[in-house]
Amino acid sequence: MTDSSKLLYRTVLPAGAHWSLRLRRGTALRLTDIRGGANVGMLFYNPENLLERYNAPDTMKCQHTFRLTTGHCLYSDMGRIFCGIEQDSFGWHDTVCGTMNAQLTEQRFGASDYQQARNDRHQNGYDSFLVELTKYGLGKRDLAACLNVFSRVSADEQGNLRLESPALPGASVTLRFAMDTLVVLHTCPHPLSQAGAYPRSPVEIALPADLAPLPEACLTREENRRGQANNALYYLGTIAPAGTIAPAGTMLGDSHAAPAQECHHD
Amino acid sequence: MIKTSPRRTQDTLYRRQINAGDYWLYRLEAGQTLRITDSEGNQAVDTLFFNADDTAERYSMTDTVRGQNNLFLTTGSVLRSSEDRPMLKIVADTCGRHDTVGGACATESNTVRYSLEKRHMHACRDSWMLALAEHPEFGLTKRDLGHNINFFMNVPVTAEGGLTFADGISAPGKYVELEAAMNVLVLISNCPQLNNPCNGYNPTPIEVAVWS
Ligand SMILES: [Zn+2]
Repeated sequence: MTDSSKLLYRTVLPAGAHWSLRLRRGTALRLTDIRGGANVGMLFYNPENLLERYNAPDTMKCQHTFRLTTGHCLYSDMGRIFCGIEQDSFGWHDTVCGTMNAQLTEQRFGASDYQQARNDRHQNGYDSFLVELTKYGLGKRDLAACLNVFSRVSADEQGNLRLESPALPGASVTLRFAMDTLVVLHTCPHPLSQAGAYPRSPVEIALPADLAPLPEACLTREENRRGQANNALYYLGTIAPAGTIAPAGTMLGDSHAAPAQECHHD
Repeated sequence: MIKTSPRRTQDTLYRRQINAGDYWLYRLEAGQTLRITDSEGNQAVDTLFFNADDTAERYSMTDTVRGQNNLFLTTGSVLRSSEDRPMLKIVADTCGRHDTVGGACATESNTVRYSLEKRHMHACRDSWMLALAEHPEFGLTKRDLGHNINFFMNVPVTAEGGLTFADGISAPGKYVELEAAMNVLVLISNCPQLNNPCNGYNPTPIEVAVWS
């Protein structure tokens, strides 16, 4: 759990809940799996152009990675970086399995409606996303593959997927925002969850007080430096909070970039 | 799984070549079968599917991957919608593996992946945008562009969680066949990617054929 003296805000979401907030570039969001075994499904949108949204395939292929952890950036479909993973004590987050819907949740954990179970009902991630998205005029057409924080999903050579052991109590992840971003999240079970009963792990959401640019760890890949240049281009002509974007003149040109050598995807 | 098709080309309802860099938008009726042929080999066919009667329901990479608990598509794979319903089923496949996690190329992601100067080069998402703009009758917009299938592409994942873009496993004349479980709009971008050594920097035509 987080030292509250350096926080702008702190709250604890029980499992099966949803939340959203517009975060400014330079700010951070820290998630803590208080008891272990939590999952946080997350989607990201540009609040100035809601058609710009988190793109899991671009995020994976721009960084040649299937697992997301410290140093990785989360990309929009417009070649820009919503945020980078500044700190991660868990090590592997999933972005291909999506979210559990009502039918799957009932199959896995049994029927449980609000009339009967009140706030302990088996809420699902799909409905949770829709509830939050509708507040911003978004809907089913705006859903995309989400980030599933605290869920490690591995693939074998044949492509078979496995959700590995859950996070230890206290595991935490900090996202540092490089763009103003609408963050939408839920604390519903991962779609590959094999838990015997509906998971009840609460998640702490904390907004640290410091403002900072993307950390160095997120800029070691030249791809991410180009992503940051795309962010800088987007914000040309706007007044940026001090220290939140690259110094003027860096990375806006790219004429010295080496041609791609690796075997790339379409 | 490799499975050849019993269907004969002389019995097709529809047959067309799609050049590299072109799009193809077509309404396939429930029960019809679509064959996509990699005419010259190592081409990527970036494909989206929509429920033709309610386009808010569309192909979902995550529901498909989660539904079969596997990353790759081949014979027997059920392509699931964003409502977690079967849209199409792969009924024949002579390639053996198709990708659905790598997404489509875009001018914007090209700037990140290759260099900022690659922005002007044609990309799959441009082809889709043009298709949407030229066919307002379907009511589709950028909102509807979800995560796609890359037929004939091979994108293995390592044990350490790396994503590799491996040499193509396709070859001239390899094909995949899909049977529609609902009325579907098919939106193909035949990939124009010129930064990709996997296709010898040489995007090539495909052929589509439909049987009733
Ligand atoms: Zn492409």
